[in-house]
Amino acid sequence: MDIHEYQAKELLATQGIRMPRGGLAYSPEQAAYRATEIGGEAWVVKAQIHSGARGKAGGIILCRSEKEVEEAAEKLLGCRLVTHQTGPQGKLVNRLYIEETVPIEREIYLGFVLDRKEERIMIVASGSGGMEIEEIAEKEPDSLVRQTVDPGLGMQEFQAREIAFGLGLEGKLIGKAVRTIMGCYRVFRDFDASMLEINPLVVANDEVYALDCKMSFDENATFRRPEIMELRDKSQEDPRETFASDRGLSYVGLDGEIGCIINGAGLAMATLDMIKIAGGEPANFLDIGGGASPERVAKSFRAVLQDKNVKVILVNIFAGINRCDWVAEGVAKALDEVGVDVPLVVRLSGTKVEEGKKILAEKAPTVIVADTLAEAAEYSVAEWKKATKAAA
Amino acid sequence: MSILLNKNTKVLVQGFTGKIGTFHAQEMMDYGTNVVGGVTPGKGGAMHLGKPVFNTVRGAVQETGAEASIVFVPPPFAADSIMEAADAGIKYCVCITDGIPAQDMMRVKRYMRRYKKEDRMILTGPNCAGSITPGEAMMGIMPGHIYMPGRVGIVGRSGTLGYEAASQMKARGIGVSTSIGIGGDPINGFSFRDCLELFNNDPNTDAVVMIGEIGGPQEAEAAEWARDNMKKPLMAYVAGLSAPKGKRMGHAGAIVSAFGESAQEKVEIIREAGHTIVPNPAAFGEIVEAVLTGKKVAA
Repeated sequence: MDIHEYQAKELLATQGIRMPRGGLAYSPEQAAYRATEIGGEAWVVKAQIHSGARGKAGGIILCRSEKEVEEAAEKLLGCRLVTHQTGPQGKLVNRLYIEETVPIEREIYLGFVLDRKEERIMIVASGSGGMEIEEIAEKEPDSLVRQTVDPGLGMQEFQAREIAFGLGLEGKLIGKAVRTIMGCYRVFRDFDASMLEINPLVVANDEVYALDCKMSFDENATFRRPEIMELRDKSQEDPRETFASDRGLSYVGLDGEIGCIINGAGLAMATLDMIKIAGGEPANFLDIGGGASPERVAKSFRAVLQDKNVKVILVNIFAGINRCDWVAEGVAKALDEVGVDVPLVVRLSGTKVEEGKKILAEKAPTVIVADTLAEAAEYSVAEWKKATKAAA
Repeated sequence: MSILLNKNTKVLVQGFTGKIGTFHAQEMMDYGTNVVGGVTPGKGGAMHLGKPVFNTVRGAVQETGAEASIVFVPPPFAADSIMEAADAGIKYCVCITDGIPAQDMMRVKRYMRRYKKEDRMILTGPNCAGSITPGEAMMGIMPGHIYMPGRVGIVGRSGTLGYEAASQMKARGIGVSTSIGIGGDPINGFSFRDCLELFNNDPNTDAVVMIGEIGGPQEAEAAEWARDNMKKPLMAYVAGLSAPKGKRMGHAGAIVSAFGESAQEKVEIIREAGHTIVPNPAAFGEIVEAVLTGKKVAA
């Protein structure tokens, strides 16, 4: 789960990390008022969306008067900002962060991730801040300094010191950088983050400031982090995904027109691969999970049909804990209740498959039944081509 | 012979008396698994499914001589249960639980390193379907009947995709020595490479099918290790060709966030290491049959 820059900065502030003064605004008037409150002669108006690279996309505007702040806010609020991370549909700007400017002497990159190879929290830093980490790794790989944290003992100050010296900092800045790094580590650990990035961390007026901050959280840990769940902004999510996640379904929206309902994440990914190989494009990933009751199957149909581009639905179930007869009942129920007006291909395998097929034949005779994974992909792509031709 | 478990392995069920633990313990026993008891703190002394319940894993190991355990404990408490098993002298632990926080798993892995390698518990999972030695024993939630006893090892992240492979093989009369689920989490117990080492040393496994997916470095590491060490054919499929970057595809670990983590890149690495690629998930049966009969496979 991602949060906004201003929310991440509020978390960092609890650990005493320095950052430019700023405030939140939902309207141009509030934006101008924030600028007066902060004082000074220049401000940046920053669009709050769940994406990096906002600057390049025009989402960060430097202003030299309160009137300019108001105009910048007018321009940004309500627009959909498109960055190379958002996809062509962009993300809605519904709040702004107004911040004082600081004279930048140096830009540093500071990132915390869960490193899967080391199975530890890893800190990556570089003296070449301001660029994205991928770019730094490509252009200035020698500038990267790394530390990993022993999960039994936590991060030690000397590790933060090694990073600070590794970045070429000197004098009083060492202590200040160490406090920043240790503070970030505590925020990362205490809130079950999966990523924390300060880019750039800047040196200005003998201080280090977190100029920008991005954070993501481990969704498996939300049961113990209700305060993080409160920071969720549904306007930044794909509405199809919000609909599904609110109903406890694991769903990812894609760009194609073949809707998919599958059990198991691996089989779901593999089925999408099969559709692609057969010449089609999947509309979504959906893992219905174990113990798929008829109600859950019906819910899944509703989620898939939220996407108005869907022209065919493929149901692929390999029942282990699941039972094919229940899934078949669910399909019949969905046809009755949800109103599925697109062709439907169903492949059942595993526990109670014969019973399942019998139910389909009796209660849902319009369903196209496939026996294997290959047939399932082939039939659904054929139906999709038919539907596309009919529409054209 | 097989790896990790056989019909004699004495198995404990952690989270024995819960709904899920009860259901699957019964299924495991029906399959022939030697379940010797279970653990539910506070219910020690009771009998459940005809087997004794213990308060602690240590107590259960002392009484029953159990050497393996399967964890059905809910996510907030599962890491603790795994560590309890490691400390009580369990040799092999399967964790089925889906949803354990990554930092908890980091702690588990760190905890397990307290023990010397030869005493260290083997953990597979979490977030997996478990392991099965067909015809002998299963520690997991899979439908046992789709696996035929045989001489091909399977190791995979996904449960249902593993079923798909096993059933395609069975349809061609090809059986499985042991099938291991390593789970879909970013931080897990045994890696692909660890499992390949076991299969490589197992005299009753002739070839191995590896079923990977997007995210993480393990498929590539395993492929490179196998290039230098594996004496048996390795076939691999990597799911997620159509997964967009930065999107989590169901499994907590199935996300492309760094270089080398996409399905295309992994397939390339595995192919370059000289292993056979299963080009699509409907071709498991065909490819395994071809490799076993010495036919040439177009990679």
